[in-house]
Amino acid sequence: MASKQTVVDSILTTSPSIPSTTVENAALIDIDEGLLMSSNVVHDLKEFRQNTETVLKRISRDATQVLFNSLWQLPVEQVEGNYLITLPEIKMWLPREKPVPKKKPLTKWQEYAKGKGILNKKKSRKVYDEASGEYKPRWGYKRANDDTKQWLIEVPANADPFEDQFAKRQTAKKERVAKNELHRLRNIARAQKVKAPSFNSMLTLKALAVAHKSTASIGKFTEKLPKEKPSKFTGKKRKFEPSIGNLMKEKEKHLQMLEINAKKIPTIDVTKATNRALREEERSKTQERRQSKKTPKKLRGKKAALGGEKVRKGGGNKKTRGKRRL
Amino acid sequence: MRPLTQEETNTFFDKLSKYIGENIKLLIDRQDGTYCFRLHKDRVYYMSEEQLKIGSSAAGECLVSIGSCFGKFTKSGKFHLHITALDYLAPYAKHKVWLKSSAEQQFLYGHHIMKSGLGRITESTEQYQGVIVYNMNDLPLGFGVAAKSTLACRNCDPMTIVVFHQADTGQYIREEDTLT
Repeated sequence: MASKQTVVDSILTTSPSIPSTTVENAALIDIDEGLLMSSNVVHDLKEFRQNTETVLKRISRDATQVLFNSLWQLPVEQVEGNYLITLPEIKMWLPREKPVPKKKPLTKWQEYAKGKGILNKKKSRKVYDEASGEYKPRWGYKRANDDTKQWLIEVPANADPFEDQFAKRQTAKKERVAKNELHRLRNIARAQKVKAPSFNSMLTLKALAVAHKSTASIGKFTEKLPKEKPSKFTGKKRKFEPSIGNLMKEKEKHLQMLEINAKKIPTIDVTKATNRALREEERSKTQERRQSKKTPKKLRGKKAALGGEKVRKGGGNKKTRGKRRL
Repeated sequence: MRPLTQEETNTFFDKLSKYIGENIKLLIDRQDGTYCFRLHKDRVYYMSEEQLKIGSSAAGECLVSIGSCFGKFTKSGKFHLHITALDYLAPYAKHKVWLKSSAEQQFLYGHHIMKSGLGRITESTEQYQGVIVYNMNDLPLGFGVAAKSTLACRNCDPMTIVVFHQADTGQYIREEDTLT
């Protein structure tokens, strides 16, 4: 090995056509292999000013060469004829673009489990299915031991024989889903510190709205409490004007609406107005510039000699112009 | 058939005012009788009082059309003008576009108007302003929306779209079965 290395070195040193890989002042160059980044600094400013291009080229070449040299120092693997290097950890950490995400608030169960020290037991994803003799997913599509696919259910000993066991299972499932959804919403409400109406109070309010209308006269004569608000749970009926009503009144209404709408629309075209204002400003500026240029050279000297006394220009408030001395 | 609600009237008038401005007044307040707008199957019809009285004697399901259709409300509550409204929009048009005879057919086939086909355009037309399209003989052909303001029209490429097509009289043939 050593002899080979010396041979390579000797070839490199002797033949001038092959550029060398050595870098002067290599210690001064910062390298971050993880980011494939190296940075070099100009030391001689005088030389840099004189021939910028060559200095820049040299500096960048040095930086790149040092980076590649250090990359070759890293352990190299060979995978399918390709050389691979595993880059080390990044040295220069860049600040993250977005703020650190807030921690998700714990659900009620998670809080309880934390207090009690209950830990999640990991269950395997696949379960042995006895019917097919295969391992199948624990839940979801094509799950193992799927009780919804059973074609027969044994009636339990103490159950009503005429009860539909399939329907019973289905309703039980639906109720479980609904309960879970309710708990989910309650957790969200808890996290946002909003008081969610309890399930029971909602039911009572709904029942009250129904009870109000459950008379022979559909609640027309149901007495109301003082200051009772209209229930949220009663539907609203759409109401339209009669098709052949008072046409003159309708016309008046439409004309009034048009008048109101016309007032809303600004009579000034904003883009036009701003353009005009900008143009005028520009014009006044150019005029000022011209006037300042026109002042003859003789006057300039006199102005300075007079001292204090300013040349008054027409400007400022219109009303008080010329009266300010009083 | 029913009168428009407040909200519907607002969106409808907003759309109309893009084409004829405050001239909507002239449609409502007419010397030759009382005219009104009525909604039937999501479409807005413009009719006289006599027409309304005759039409209201028919069952809603049987009524196909009454007076002249101005357009329809989409499912999302926007209003689309139909070509049948052209007769009422054209006389009161605020902003007009005249087409060269070469571009007339293109427009009548439902294409947008290119700068090359533009004959004349009303001064001070803004971008996205509703415009009525005429041919050089001042015959209204349809309407659309200005894609470029008059100023921007002057210095743009001949192949740029100047007016977006919305409706044209060619629809009387192309969409004969759906127009009411």
